[in-house]
Amino acid sequence: MVDVPGWGGNLAGQHLDLRLTAPDGYTAVRSYSIASAGPGDRVELAVDKFPDGEVSPYLVDDIQKGDELELRGPLGGWFVWKPEQTESVQLIGGGSGVVPLIAMVRSHAASGSTAPFRLLYSVRTPQDVFFADELRALAESSPYFDLNFVYTRAVPANWPSKPGRISREILEASTYPASISPAVFVCGPTGFVESVANILVALGHEPTSVKTERFGGK
Amino acid sequence: MMPRHVDGNALAGPLSDLFAFDVTCASGRCVGCGDVTVLARAMVYEDEMGFVARCHLCDSMLLTVVRTADGAWLDLQGISGLHVAL
Repeated sequence: MVDVPGWGGNLAGQHLDLRLTAPDGYTAVRSYSIASAGPGDRVELAVDKFPDGEVSPYLVDDIQKGDELELRGPLGGWFVWKPEQTESVQLIGGGSGVVPLIAMVRSHAASGSTAPFRLLYSVRTPQDVFFADELRALAESSPYFDLNFVYTRAVPANWPSKPGRISREILEASTYPASISPAVFVCGPTGFVESVANILVALGHEPTSVKTERFGGK
Repeated sequence: MMPRHVDGNALAGPLSDLFAFDVTCASGRCVGCGDVTVLARAMVYEDEMGFVARCHLCDSMLLTVVRTADGAWLDLQGISGLHVAL
């Protein structure tokens, strides 16, 4: 959680640029998706640690309450969901790529939207799920939000299938079909986004209705 | 091996210094293939110097942003027109 005086809120799906400056003046800028949405000056981030990274180890391991950060944002008006949108929405997230999609799920719930929402979340193991309790609670309480998981390394007890990557079969079984023309948001590592977007187009989704956000991973 | 790219969305921050509007939502026409699409769909490669955005269809260079000591150099040679929603 970061308090940003004057932030003034953000749309679901937007990101911010965070700049860290070392004592020798060296600076590193990274983009992070925002997990929160709506008005207010408090911003929630969820950061995956890249052990060899320049920024994420500091954010995950070293940052202290009260530390100051240099932020720019909110940024990006394209990979966003607004409560006035009424069409069905299919969200597909890989790993920490779920973060901007969480913001959309939260905005959907907070606004009382009745647009059908569905999240397909690909994650290594059950322990790696971000905001697991919140997602499950929302899926149980809302008739307009459906949650599906794909585990790539280890599955929960009694899970009906082995771990594996998202495939055409999984996308056909666990996402809205192209025939209902959903808005689709895909976020994750570049390879994940590439393969999911290609399968979706092969399944008949209009390329322009599939919005993607790749992160490079450094 | 090609370096990994991200999407044009990533340009929203760097280009907010240069444009008064969110240019990632503007549609640009690719000089290479004529495709018109939002800049957010471009393939963006980043290095220490700055950013290169390439057409998501034909891979032509759309624009480059290079940081200089006192500013930024923006080269738009691969975009023959920009449509901005007003």
